[in-house]
Amino acid sequence: MIEEQVNGQEKADQTLPDHVFEDRRLFLKQTMAFAGFTLAPVSFLTATPDDIPIGDHERVKLSVTINGQKRRLSIDPRMTTLDLLREKLTLTGTKKGCDLGQCGACTILIDGQRTLSCLSLAIMQHGKKITTVESLSEHGNLHPMQQAFIKHDGFQCGYCTPGQLMSAIACIREGCAGSDDEIREYMSGNLCRCGAYPNIVNAISDIKNRGQKV
Amino acid sequence: MKPFQYIRPKTIKEAVQAVADDSQARYIAGGTNLLDLMKRDIEKPEKLVDINHLPLKKIEVKSGVLRIGSLALNSAVSHHAQVVKRFPLLVQALLAGASGQIRNMATAGGNLLQQTRCPYFYDTAFPCNKRSPGTGCSAINGISRLHAVYEVDISNPQKACIAVNPSDMAVALMALDASIMVSGKNGERKMALDELYHSPATQPNLDHNLEKGDLITAVELPHAPLAQHAHYLKVRDRTSYAFALVSAAVALDIRDHRIQAARITLGGVAYKPWRLPAVEKQLLGQPISITAFRDAGVAALTDTRSFEHNAYKLKLIPNVIAEALKIASGLS
Ligand SMILES: Cc1cc2nc3c(=O)[nH]c(=O)nc-3n(C[C@H](O)[C@H](O)[C@H](O)COP(=O)(O)OP(=O)(O)OC[C@H]3O[C@@H](n4cnc5c(N)ncnc54)[C@H](O)[C@@H]3O)c2cc1C
Ligand code: SF4
Ligand code: FES
Ligand code: FES
Repeated sequence: MIEEQVNGQEKADQTLPDHVFEDRRLFLKQTMAFAGFTLAPVSFLTATPDDIPIGDHERVKLSVTINGQKRRLSIDPRMTTLDLLREKLTLTGTKKGCDLGQCGACTILIDGQRTLSCLSLAIMQHGKKITTVESLSEHGNLHPMQQAFIKHDGFQCGYCTPGQLMSAIACIREGCAGSDDEIREYMSGNLCRCGAYPNIVNAISDIKNRGQKV
Repeated sequence: MKPFQYIRPKTIKEAVQAVADDSQARYIAGGTNLLDLMKRDIEKPEKLVDINHLPLKKIEVKSGVLRIGSLALNSAVSHHAQVVKRFPLLVQALLAGASGQIRNMATAGGNLLQQTRCPYFYDTAFPCNKRSPGTGCSAINGISRLHAVYEVDISNPQKACIAVNPSDMAVALMALDASIMVSGKNGERKMALDELYHSPATQPNLDHNLEKGDLITAVELPHAPLAQHAHYLKVRDRTSYAFALVSAAVALDIRDHRIQAARITLGGVAYKPWRLPAVEKQLLGQPISITAFRDAGVAALTDTRSFEHNAYKLKLIPNVIAEALKIASGLS
């Protein structure tokens, strides 16, 4: 359902002209040479995960696959993965709750593993595959987990739901949805202010018990 | 957040050099603690050295010693077949910590060096000797509910710190006699985990005894037969996803119903995982029994002192120890 489909489309972010990077690269070369480093002469367009992301204190170039689409971007190194998704790419399905790693609203999959996008730097995702809640439905059909959340009333305000969904899918894939207790334990990183917990557990165990692939 | 330069060295040597030579440089691994502190302007590195691409993820057994690469994720360690088979205590401690998402990000090295969770340390409006040396400790006369009961010295208010180390993993590792491998400017060395943490008695701002640029490369666990009769018991404010108020990692070597060797380490009670050698000794040769375990729990209270809000820890400690020993020995 959320299998990556690389459609070959690549978008280069045009916010800064390339000569700006050339200047900065020179500056960086000097500062890094001072620190005992040389900057690998990697071309932005051919960057691979092994390459060191190119940039300086203000802008770094980043190549990352988001929901199957390869994106090449230039960002402030301080930008979190969450802000990259929401502010830069307007993928606002992923929610910002606490922004401090405590609520799970920002849960996404990175290389298939559930992680907190607010506690990770976007630049550290260079060369990785990011999957967000936007990729769950296909051709207008909701993902089975989304359907189960509706069927079991797994939300009220819905703010925590994107994070719950991503975490729920990962929880089943990790093999940690064997019982209601196990689901509760392995979903404990996703808080719900509306207290929809029992219904969320029901939705997950329903999908698990029906052996549905997620 | 203060702007920083991001670099991604390819070798351990480059990484060590980058941090050793620059007082404003910091390593970043999973980032689950460092980034939190950077967002709050408590940590303000000017250079961030991303170590995630160094070859330090491996978990392997070599001549009986389990070696966990410092970049092995907490989730990966907890699922590794050799760890599950040999050190169930470590698995229990790891799975009792944080959440599924955070364990997928947190590394072994970062977990050992995570900052205290003292609320005053995180709130820059309050004085804190650890964050701003010499300003005083807000916890001593404040809400001291989460704070230490072992090795607390508040004789000098400008130097005192009663914060606890929050790691669950480190508690199990301490009970299992772990060592760490450290790469520094002068090459690689091994140190006992017990030597890693810096006593708050002097300079509470120093969390550990590593030198600038020192990189933890691995955690090593010697083979231990007692690792099988083991249990990690964590008491917290809610059933899951909370730091320990008091936790105990216990391991027993039992032969003919008698205790041949014992290890007891507490979490949530001191600046480091608190091993109790005298209590371990007291258990030697004893038959496994509820009385022996209760006595051990009470003996753990020697040299403790509590503050206004954490006296409950002195009630919890004996109970947590006795219960963990009961479960580990199969009595309960
Ligand atoms: C909401 C929440 C709940 C949590 N609950 C728990 C819990 O219940 N139990 C628990 O034990 N933990 C808990 N944690 C803490 C979590 O386990 C730590 O944040 C994590 O282990 C840190 O690892 P990291 O790789 O992300 O470290 P980072 O944040 O990357 O680094 C932490 C520190 O270690 C340094 N460092 C990292 N790796 C190395 C290395 N190899 N050599 C030298 N220095 C290094 C960094 O410079 C930094 O100073 C929780 C965290 C959060 C956010
Ligand atoms: S206990 Fe330590 S960390 Fe907490 S306020 Fe006091 S000095 Fe700061
Ligand atoms: S927004 Fe990331 S955990 Fe709350
Ligand atoms: S549905 Fe409102 S926070 Fe969970």
